[in-house]
Amino acid sequence: MEANSIPIMIQVNHRNSFSRIITLCAAILLTFSTSLFSQIDAAAGDATAGEALFKANCGACHKLYKKMTGPALFGVVGKYEEDYEWLGKWIRNSQELIATGDARAISIYEEYNETQMNAFPGLTDGDISNILAYTNTEKPAPPAPGPGAVTASGGGVSNNIILSILGLVLLLLIGVLLLVNNTLKKFAQAQGLELPAMEQSARKPIWQAFVENQFLVLVSVIFLLLGGAYFAYGWMSQVGVDQGYAPVQPIHYSHRIHAGENAIECKYCHSSARVSKHSGIPSLNICMNCHKSIGEVAGPEAGELSSVTEDYSKEFYDKEIQKLYKAVGWDEATQSYTGETQPVEWVRIHNLPDFAYFNHSQHVSVAGVECQTCHGPVEEMEIMYQHAPLTMGWCINCHRETNVKVEGNPYYEKIHEELSKKYGVEKLTAAQMGGLECGKCHY
Amino acid sequence: MSSNKKYWKSVDDLNDNPLVQTLRQNEFVEEIPTDEFLGDKATLETSQTSRRDFLKYVGFSTAAASLAACEGPVVKSIPYVVQPERIVPGVADYYATTIADGFDFASVLVKTREGRPIKIENNDLAHAGYGANARVHASVLSMYDTNRAQGPSAGGAQVSWEAIDKGVMAALQSGKKAVLLTQTFASPSTDKLIAEFTAKYPNASHIAYDAVGEQYALDAFEQKFGLRALADYDFTKAEVIVSVGADIVGDWNGGGYDSSYGKSRVPKHGKMSRHIQFEANMSLAGANADMRVPATPSQQKAVLKAIATGNASGLPENLKAAAAAARKELNAAGANGVLVTGIQGAAAQAMVLDFNATSNVMDTAAPKLTRSGDINKVNQLVRDMNAGQVGLLIMAGVNPAYSLPNATQFKTGLEKVGVSVACTMRADETAASSTHIAPTPHYLEAWGDVQIKQGEVSIIQPTIKPLFDTRQFQDSLLAWMGSDQNYYNYIKDTMAGAGVTSFNKAVQDGVVMTNAFAKAVSTTQTSATSHAGMAIAAQSGFELTLYTKTSMGDGNQANNPWLQEMPDPITRATWDNYLTMSEADAKELGLWLDRSTFFTEARNDANGGLNGHLANVTLSDGTVVPNVPVMVQPGQANGSVGLALGYGRTTSIQEDMQTGVNAYPLMQNGSLTQGGVTIEKVAGMHEFAVIQLHNTLMGRGDIVKETTLEIFNTKDKKYWNAVPEVTKAHIEYEVTSPEVDLWDSFDRSIGHHFNLGIDLNACTGCGACVIACHAENNVPVVGKSEVRRSRDMHWLRIDRYYSSNDTFAGDDQKKEDMDGLWGENGSLGGFGEMEDPAANPQVAFQPVMCQHCNHAPCETVCPVAATSHGRQGQNHMAYNRCVGTRYCANNCPYKVRRFNWFLYNGNDQFDYHMNNDLGRMVINPDVTVRSRGVMEKCSMCIQMTQKTILDAKRDGRAIKDGEFATACSNACTSGALAFGDINDHSSEVYKQKQDDRMYHLLESVGTKPNVFYQTKVRNTKEA
Repeated sequence: MEANSIPIMIQVNHRNSFSRIITLCAAILLTFSTSLFSQIDAAAGDATAGEALFKANCGACHKLYKKMTGPALFGVVGKYEEDYEWLGKWIRNSQELIATGDARAISIYEEYNETQMNAFPGLTDGDISNILAYTNTEKPAPPAPGPGAVTASGGGVSNNIILSILGLVLLLLIGVLLLVNNTLKKFAQAQGLELPAMEQSARKPIWQAFVENQFLVLVSVIFLLLGGAYFAYGWMSQVGVDQGYAPVQPIHYSHRIHAGENAIECKYCHSSARVSKHSGIPSLNICMNCHKSIGEVAGPEAGELSSVTEDYSKEFYDKEIQKLYKAVGWDEATQSYTGETQPVEWVRIHNLPDFAYFNHSQHVSVAGVECQTCHGPVEEMEIMYQHAPLTMGWCINCHRETNVKVEGNPYYEKIHEELSKKYGVEKLTAAQMGGLECGKCHY
Repeated sequence: MSSNKKYWKSVDDLNDNPLVQTLRQNEFVEEIPTDEFLGDKATLETSQTSRRDFLKYVGFSTAAASLAACEGPVVKSIPYVVQPERIVPGVADYYATTIADGFDFASVLVKTREGRPIKIENNDLAHAGYGANARVHASVLSMYDTNRAQGPSAGGAQVSWEAIDKGVMAALQSGKKAVLLTQTFASPSTDKLIAEFTAKYPNASHIAYDAVGEQYALDAFEQKFGLRALADYDFTKAEVIVSVGADIVGDWNGGGYDSSYGKSRVPKHGKMSRHIQFEANMSLAGANADMRVPATPSQQKAVLKAIATGNASGLPENLKAAAAAARKELNAAGANGVLVTGIQGAAAQAMVLDFNATSNVMDTAAPKLTRSGDINKVNQLVRDMNAGQVGLLIMAGVNPAYSLPNATQFKTGLEKVGVSVACTMRADETAASSTHIAPTPHYLEAWGDVQIKQGEVSIIQPTIKPLFDTRQFQDSLLAWMGSDQNYYNYIKDTMAGAGVTSFNKAVQDGVVMTNAFAKAVSTTQTSATSHAGMAIAAQSGFELTLYTKTSMGDGNQANNPWLQEMPDPITRATWDNYLTMSEADAKELGLWLDRSTFFTEARNDANGGLNGHLANVTLSDGTVVPNVPVMVQPGQANGSVGLALGYGRTTSIQEDMQTGVNAYPLMQNGSLTQGGVTIEKVAGMHEFAVIQLHNTLMGRGDIVKETTLEIFNTKDKKYWNAVPEVTKAHIEYEVTSPEVDLWDSFDRSIGHHFNLGIDLNACTGCGACVIACHAENNVPVVGKSEVRRSRDMHWLRIDRYYSSNDTFAGDDQKKEDMDGLWGENGSLGGFGEMEDPAANPQVAFQPVMCQHCNHAPCETVCPVAATSHGRQGQNHMAYNRCVGTRYCANNCPYKVRRFNWFLYNGNDQFDYHMNNDLGRMVINPDVTVRSRGVMEKCSMCIQMTQKTILDAKRDGRAIKDGEFATACSNACTSGALAFGDINDHSSEVYKQKQDDRMYHLLESVGTKPNVFYQTKVRNTKEA
């Protein structure tokens, strides 16, 4: 299902552009019409066009039903008694309005800690009407819970049911066969047939013959030992290799939603990977850059935009976001930090031993290696896991096979020229550059 | 016949004591309370768990536990809630700050990782040029000291700051005499603050006190120039340096002259400085001198008079000649000559100031301000305290109960002081007997400004939030003045008032040039007083010269394991101080130990450990320092002894670090020399931990190559720096192809090829590089008993060699002249003699670390290929691959490999900084902390070269010369260590490698090292 994410994105794009066209048309239409009336009126506005405008201009700070940086805007027309002139002035340039000493404006300004609202002088009366029309949209009733949830969790169960039914059938089959056998025996006895008894062979049992053949014993012992050693070595080689390690994290953070569906660049959060040896677990203030305004995930009501899956419901995700708020000390009601923080104790997934030095910036910034090369399809991971074995052999293989990215880097100019001449190759691998020397990673 | 024997167990048994009867009846006096853990019988029987079940459970849980143990531990990663903008995990930040602990003053850079300081570097922007010495490099560890005072206390109980403030304010307002007894801060802001404080409280006065002061130099300077300061010297300008009892490479005059001295010693255009040293102890300066003349402190006075005035009366014949020669050379050098002295007398110091009046080397216009204490005022204070006149004593940065010679009087006086406040980093000897302890932060946690040399202000800025509940002294003063300003703002105001336009720039650079705080230096040149004070009082007995070690200094960092384990550059002893004595005197007093005899106590144990006798040192006034270990020191003037200060601390010092004896009781009147000392042998032996047991070169002139300036200037390189060549059939002939090689060598011509050049002329042996190496490479501390077993872990050592004859050249000649086993020139007796250093030997220092051989003998013998070569010239060591056979160490001709005999981190047996969470903060996260059973050695700071390369790659640029560095080359301020890429032919290190003086250590072995040395050139007339 993760594979679907890209088509969804495409559809979204279409939808967006479609609505933009509509908005544009509406805007053009309205510009012409408003030139006649030059009036803002929510009742005359088009809520659909307004929604697009709202999302483009207001969505960063306002929500309809919830306080964010700015107040919740549902019913704002009613709140200000349809004083469209005042609303228009406020929306176009609130600071100007405040400067005139408007008491209402000043009180709002002060209520929101003197946060300045962006000025939108470019919005026409029609635009504002549309937006205000949209702000009058009632909150859609939450989808009735029940059947959906059951079927959602049913998928997992059904497989088990099928399997158990299969098992039952097999058991029945065995029973039937036994019964048939019994019946046949009884039938034969009834017919008076002598069933030939299993003859006790006078020959040596095979195990005795085997034991007496010393050569065979020797060969098989050697074989067993070698085989045992082979498997023991194999088993021991995986000690400490935690490929697939997917620990439970204190906050269920979904890379699928962030890196996949929302296509956030890895290094937006893991910014130190560019300059440091550590990729860095982002500090919580990075999360809050977005989560200040994203308090919940898009649920099923968002249709194709929905982030929830069969295994994880919207309620589940929303609870995880609340955990973030608790950790960072964010009070949603007042939209402010309380100052009470609880640093999150993430469980580290990729653990290199202390004696191995690895530098992210060398690979990410200098070599331009994609994060996915080592970390796997992170954008599809609901739960982050260790994709690569992180063994030395794995490192070395990559160093042998990967060419050094020397283009456009003056540092490499001289050394690349000389080395490629020496090895008679066009492109140098990391190994030829000295990337296999012990001291490059162990010191 | 029946026996009448009666068996009894005790006398009471025999006497039929009724108690025994009772006890016998009651054999099991106490019933084992099985019920407690088994419950009563009924419960036990109804229990579902049978014995078998129990065993099953035990078996299962054991198996489960061992299975669970196979899984890796869960590692937690806790990011910041709000990450500070300037901190990127994994990237180091550097901050400029200044150390000013009352003894060491230097502008430094502090390397911090994830907000914790881990290393000290030199600040190149500082003009005064006093580089960080070993103690400054180690000071970062002193911050992570678990024995620090962690919060305010009074009478042993924790109190609040308000309670302290209340107590002090009450005492201040009572009107009774209040005294501020502080270290030398040399701080414009603090000076101003103290002036304001004493103005506000007229009953308060200020006394500065230096534990190891320059009482007489300060007196002389004050008399002549009207300012209590020290003349400054720039030895780079010196052509002739004559020092009479001044350790100009050590801590004389506040220290910090090793870099300018070292630079003047490198021959350039056929010229280098000439240095003549008259001294009693073998000091670093004497070891580096071209001519060293042993002279006791009283003889030094006569020598100084002879040099300065030409009046050579009362001098022994040998000193007469030397003094006359020195005078002649000084006069010839004119303004480029300089005469310095460490003689403890204002008259002698004044004489030098007069003599140098025309010298370019001495600077009195912008003097040094790092010492200002006056012992007479302190003595008066002690008298006042004992008279009960002092109501309040505030002490900051001083520990008089330890460092005063009359410490007992001070302590009794302290009891009579109503309120005594110790503003100190640790609950030391003084704090223990004070009424209040007001803990101060480490300088890396504090704000401040320092004027080391007049005209240049260095800024102290915090590099970490205070680890403990501390308040810096200046903030306390502000609080006690009732001000609500903090010291940070106070400094800002002071700087703004001084016309420093950008405080932020000053903080960033760490220094700012301003003359706003310069105090007037009188230029009237009132000629110094009569030299009457030069009279030598005849006293019988030994003459004692107290000195400070480059490692321990005045002892305020005694709890620092790096410094405790740092070998003394001269004696190479660690974890100790001792009485240095000449061989002749030791033999006379019965304090001499023979090398090895079957019948007497031997100098060395079977494991090589050095032993010494013990002696009591008594002053003429009866002051005794008992049980001082005696070490025989070549070069010590007969009739004189030496003893290092700073040891013997016990209060708030970890048990392992309570080493040596306290020599401060001998420092009467603040004088470092004392006459009329009695040395008396006492029973018992002392075990030293010395890391170099072989003291001479045995005529192996190819280890430390030496020549004289004359030969260097006139003869061909082949004469004085011959490259060893192979001869066949014992017939010497020219080798035609010395480049022929049995090895398949790496091609090192492409990319970087690192080399480290060590100039034996510039190296003064100060040891800053040793501590810098510890800090950079997480070198563990192993403790005294392990060092005694020669298991020290130092990656970088500075070998010190004495000559057996008067000069090394003499040794070489003697070896050359050997003929047969016996007889006059027999090698049997001859080599035996050569093991003993001369009475006044030549000394050579040689830093030795892994030589990173291109043909490394260690690499070929490793059975698991744990040590291998890199193309960049470094000899790599993969700790995780090492199995600890130690073949490599045995095959190394330079003996630079170190084996981890034990786990030195997180091990209670080695209870140093790596065994507590706080101390581990200093560990460099880019370097592995080695475990038990692996070999380790100098990596040529590969983590630093790799970082430089990566930075250049990331920025997309070529690397310039000077970017590559190692910890040791960064720490060296005298330019003795040069590191760089020899494939870059414009680099400094390449030029040095082409120099005529260049040679490799043990070149004849053919290891082709990547570390090279520059032949030592001595500016001597005598061959």
